[in-house]
Amino acid sequence: MADQIGYSQKVMEHFMNPHNVGVIENPDGYGKVGNPVCGDIMEIFITVRDDVIEDIRFRTFGCGSAIATSSMVTDMAKGKTLDEAMRITRDDVATELEGLPPKKMHCSNLAADALHAAIEDYREKQKKG
Amino acid sequence: MEGRIYLDHAAAMPVRPEVLSFGMGFSDGFAGNPSTLCREGLVAQEVLATAREKVAALVGASAPDSIIFTGGATESNNIAVRGTALRNRKAGNRIVVSAIEHISVLNPAKYLQKSGFSLTPAPVDRYGVIDLDALGAAVTPETVVTSVHYANNEIGTVEPIREVAAIVHDRGGLLHVDATDAAGRIPIDVERDGIDLLTLSGNQLGGPQGAGALYIRPGVRVQPVLVGGGQERGLRPGTEDVVGIACMGEAARLAKEEMPEESRRLAAIRDRLIAGITGLEEAYLTGHPTERLPHHASFRFSRIEGESIQLAMDLLGIAVATGSACTSRTLEASHVLLAIGLAHEEAHGSMIATFGRGNSVEEVPRIVGAVEETVKRLRAITPL
Repeated sequence: MADQIGYSQKVMEHFMNPHNVGVIENPDGYGKVGNPVCGDIMEIFITVRDDVIEDIRFRTFGCGSAIATSSMVTDMAKGKTLDEAMRITRDDVATELEGLPPKKMHCSNLAADALHAAIEDYREKQKKG
Repeated sequence: MEGRIYLDHAAAMPVRPEVLSFGMGFSDGFAGNPSTLCREGLVAQEVLATAREKVAALVGASAPDSIIFTGGATESNNIAVRGTALRNRKAGNRIVVSAIEHISVLNPAKYLQKSGFSLTPAPVDRYGVIDLDALGAAVTPETVVTSVHYANNEIGTVEPIREVAAIVHDRGGLLHVDATDAAGRIPIDVERDGIDLLTLSGNQLGGPQGAGALYIRPGVRVQPVLVGGGQERGLRPGTEDVVGIACMGEAARLAKEEMPEESRRLAAIRDRLIAGITGLEEAYLTGHPTERLPHHASFRFSRIEGESIQLAMDLLGIAVATGSACTSRTLEASHVLLAIGLAHEEAHGSMIATFGRGNSVEEVPRIVGAVEETVKRLRAITPL
């Protein structure tokens, strides 16, 4: 099972049992990236307390690695400060998942982008007070 | 854990045990090169001749020499499309291919386009049936080759080949038909159907991978796309895969003999599965409801993606295929599903099940149950 269609054991674990799935009602920050043409759509909801991501949820339409990277990025961001979370890159996500097939790297890009979009949304809202 | 259920016969067929035994008959020191004149070479020539007769019989070709052996359907399609168009260029520089051909027909057609041919795709309706009026307009007296497959590998639809042949011949052109998925499953008769060139895959008949064939109607002129020795009338140079070809021949013989009964058996599995899956929420059949291959059932599911379906089904012990962009080398949505009018988001959620001898109608409830569980799980995490 480990190398199924080129996916690592870790990817398959997150694909089968994704962490932090769902919606947060009235989130502090919300990010959505992707489009139906490319076949991946991801949304991330966050709640923030004292500049730290206290809770994070996601929903994803997409392939196995799109789901696994979404799950992984939420694990990685939870409990981090916003600045730390903003520094999570696509490569970090792929590395934590023990690698992705080369053509799937854009999926990990998307997951980090959705996280960053949710943080930016939170910061915009803060500015507006 | 229950045993595996394999539903991806369109991707690769298991080699039939009877064919394997037949092939093992060559394990006793057989080493003939059919191009040599020694006794061993003559034996090998005989082996090829017998295989040619068996393959010719499967597709109703009265002259066995009208069959050349190749390394598989991709080679046959290349020789048929490129070799025929280039050889007959003086008669015109137009080619027509249906919009839902396999990539091994589409890419040779695009190659010809780069060499100065004018390429016209022929549209299909929402079931994948070729639009005969549009085909009639696309094929002109300058169209040297028209390529329309017998049936589609992604949606299972069978094309009205005799009507297609009438249109093509009315304009004086040649018709190539890729029968990779249809041969051995539905009756094909190249002479009755009016086919000038026909592609066959050995593996899709139950033989090993690495052997294929191309029927070329006597009198049709084709030039090689690969040059070397003079094997297979110069059209497929290189020493023949004698044992692989012999196995393909045997698989063709068995397929012809068993087709009526086996196709009925497969169609019963197909119909049960279609009834079960289209009964699920937002699950739809793709391709034609009745004019389809007996071993082929294909679906799309709203709001979820095909590779995820494939992976989740695999973990439940069931091998299926998908036309999803995420599983293609190019990451592009299936040209077949877009050509039958699906939107991109609809084209992403496809699942294809193709049956073979190892499957039985008793497996259907478990398959439907696994699909239901998979679809439910993936819909629970979708933002759509």
